[in-house]
Amino acid sequence: MLYREAGQFKSSYAEDQGIFPLRQDRIAFWVLMAVAFVVVPLIGDQYWLSAILTPFLIFALAALGLNILTGYAGQLSLGTAAFMAVGAFMAYNFVLRMPWLGIIPSFILAGLCAAAVGIVFGLPSLRIKGFYLAVATLAAQFFVLWALQRFGWFTNYSSSGVITAQEIVILGYAFKTPAQKYLLTLAIVALMALAAKNLMRSETGRAFMAVRDMDVAASVIGIPMMKTKLLAFAISSFYCGVAGALHAYAYLGTVEPEAYSLDLSFRILFMIIIGGVGSIMGSFLGAGFITLFPIFLNLASGWVSHALGVEISHATVSNLELIIFGGLIIFFLIVEPHGFARLWQIAKEKLRLWPFPH
Amino acid sequence: MSEVIFFFEVLAGGLLAGVMYALVALGFVLIYKASGVFNFAQGAMVFFAALTFVSLTERGWNFWLALVVTLAVMVLLGIVTERVVLRPLVNQPQITLFMATIGLTFVLEGLSQLIWGSQPHGLELGIPDVPMEWLSQKWNVNISQFDLFSAFVAGGLVAVLAVFFHRTRIGRALRAVADDHQAALAVGIPLQHIWAIVWAVAGFVALVAGLLWGVRNGVQFALTFVALKALPVLILGGFESIMGAIVGGLIIGASEKLAEVYVGPFVGGGIESWFAYVVALVFLLFRPEGLFGEKIIDRV
Amino acid sequence: MSAARRAGDVILSVQDVSLAFGGVRALQEVSFDVCEHEIRAIIGPNGAGKSSMLNVLNGVYHPQQGKIRLRNKEFADMDSHQAADLGIARTFQNIALFKGMSVLDNLMTGRNLKMRCNFLQQALWLGPAKREELEHRRAVEEIIDFLEIQHIRKTPVGRLPYGLQKRVELGRALAAEPAVLLLDEPMAGMNLEEKRDMCRFILDVNDHYGTTIVLIEHDMGVVMDISDRVVVLDYGRKIADGSPDEVRGNQSVVDAYLGVAH
Repeated sequence: MLYREAGQFKSSYAEDQGIFPLRQDRIAFWVLMAVAFVVVPLIGDQYWLSAILTPFLIFALAALGLNILTGYAGQLSLGTAAFMAVGAFMAYNFVLRMPWLGIIPSFILAGLCAAAVGIVFGLPSLRIKGFYLAVATLAAQFFVLWALQRFGWFTNYSSSGVITAQEIVILGYAFKTPAQKYLLTLAIVALMALAAKNLMRSETGRAFMAVRDMDVAASVIGIPMMKTKLLAFAISSFYCGVAGALHAYAYLGTVEPEAYSLDLSFRILFMIIIGGVGSIMGSFLGAGFITLFPIFLNLASGWVSHALGVEISHATVSNLELIIFGGLIIFFLIVEPHGFARLWQIAKEKLRLWPFPH
Repeated sequence: MSEVIFFFEVLAGGLLAGVMYALVALGFVLIYKASGVFNFAQGAMVFFAALTFVSLTERGWNFWLALVVTLAVMVLLGIVTERVVLRPLVNQPQITLFMATIGLTFVLEGLSQLIWGSQPHGLELGIPDVPMEWLSQKWNVNISQFDLFSAFVAGGLVAVLAVFFHRTRIGRALRAVADDHQAALAVGIPLQHIWAIVWAVAGFVALVAGLLWGVRNGVQFALTFVALKALPVLILGGFESIMGAIVGGLIIGASEKLAEVYVGPFVGGGIESWFAYVVALVFLLFRPEGLFGEKIIDRV
Repeated sequence: MSAARRAGDVILSVQDVSLAFGGVRALQEVSFDVCEHEIRAIIGPNGAGKSSMLNVLNGVYHPQQGKIRLRNKEFADMDSHQAADLGIARTFQNIALFKGMSVLDNLMTGRNLKMRCNFLQQALWLGPAKREELEHRRAVEEIIDFLEIQHIRKTPVGRLPYGLQKRVELGRALAAEPAVLLLDEPMAGMNLEEKRDMCRFILDVNDHYGTTIVLIEHDMGVVMDISDRVVVLDYGRKIADGSPDEVRGNQSVVDAYLGVAH
């Protein structure tokens, strides 16, 4: 009864096609936005803002990028981190070499560079599918990281390979504190999530899903296979590229190839599997889970060792983390392939009737 | 003259490295043939097997006892995987199973290090990794004794597997299952047993690969990455062909070494990390089904 | 059916089309034509080459010989995208819907060729993109009403029963406002009631939109009832062509079907 749609009539297709057709959802969404933009920066401490919430948003953006490619267009990629790396390094170079450009245009250009790289590594998708393609995307992962380390231009010939990201300055205003960086990240992520939602509910998104569900039928009804697949790679890589730039500028503060290893690619894949394949909200839920869970595990191991009086080493905790992540992936694939997003939907359907079962 | 000899030395080194790749690729092919599962966890299985073996011997176990116990552990792992991961996912899309094996990879990596610790181990099988004397004296060619040994082991393994697949009842059942799950079920071949067996066999292959790779690079976490080396081999050779795994491995091994020596210097070296993938990708553009794979026809 | 009343000029013609897969000759020098607004059936025993013919017509298979003429344009062969562009839409024998998408979205994909906005406009959901989306939604809703599937509009197609999926697939083809609609066994696997509904929809489509329809069907009763003219194929060759009554009386057709219960 709490979550009731009765009495809400839609009198136009525009209303029916809104992002949140139900009033409750709209209210919940705006409350969430208000909390994220106003309450969190006011009450959040440094640690929460800079070590949890900002990376959460950035990973959510990368997961969203991967979800566009894998969840919507059905092309599995294991090279997400490489596209993030392109974004991070190109943003650094744009800011360094064309300082008059400003941060935001630099990020956009960096994203476009990632998109271009994505298109190149998406070309095999025109001939191969499934895990053949997944293996092919590994080529991106290895080649891009190799190139970034090998060619000094990318790192501005820095000797250590680790470069400090420039300060974020937009129109003379410097984003220095964790709260400022958090707000900037939040704004960018929110806008890009909205754009992704719009895309996925219009023709482009439908073409992606059609290719995912049955490519032969899609081409018979006139959906151009090449354009659709490459566009999916481009858009997805753009999102990952911007996420990579944010990762370097708003989170790490450094630009280094090691941050974008295969391990990160897997982590982001896990986010969408656990959060929900083919769901924008799922990308956020999955990123939240994967970001928070290790922190929770560390806390829990602290309690356990305190309670039992045994020392639990850091290595043990990180091995446990591997096991639990892996186990959860298998669990979700078996029990709920659509992840948290689907569980949330089921919960909402239950709430429509609650507390009356029928 | 010395340049020619050098070329052949590089080529031979590459081919022998290719044998090692093929050994890992073989594990993938076995499982794919029988169950259509692309088992990303093969690399983690190699690591798990090698680490278990080396940890047992370091605790003073006899070589053969450690070998048998490790093999038993791998068989058990195969059975558990079948029960817990594969059986609930039967009839799911291949890509789902693939992602499940990525999950399995993480579980195995965590588990091996949780049980045995994460410090690297050296491994010694009694065959020194030094150039063969008479070859270097007579022809001035340097080829490692251990590399040759590995090649023999790999060759022997392939022969044993070929006999197993073509001459034994279980082998025939395996091939029947690979051709058509439904039909195999219909004639009374118990799918679950077959899958458990094939995972156990793949575990055995992983053990052999793990030992050989362990001698070469030490038994450490980086062993899991040998699987990443085997993937281009699979693309090249096709997922379903044992022959393809061998030939693909040799091609990748040889071209990688040759490229590293002759092309590497011009681009700053280190191209081994991706060159195999690029070879495989270029190859894919012309023959998406691999060297020995079957042509896929889309039907409507 | 009064074919004479509705049938217009020839819109689609097939001339001496031959198609082989390796050594198997699926079609041998088949020729026939389709007039505007008519319902044209292709029948024949199993393996006669009916599906192959349909696949040639919309560019899934490429014939080794022969020509296809659509309106005034001639093609040696076409790819499926080109066929869609020229106004040929189809359904499939084994339903080829997009299972993860809702009925509404499936129908909307049918209109993809009519959408003009680029993905940047769509991402911003600004004026033109939103207007276009709503415009096409209106057109699709009309088809939804026409096919009486309002109640399942938002349901993912994968969850629908077989008969309804067939109807949705017809809807997706209709959404493209095709000049020629190809139906591959639209009634296969249906029960009597579903078949009756489907017949009604096919006739209504033909009547209401004036769509030219080419259909393959196994159920002879249905074919004879609804089609204006019938082509009969056997072993890849055309053995008869004419009105249902003419075809029914043709000796070679009777021979081809002897032993096949219908």
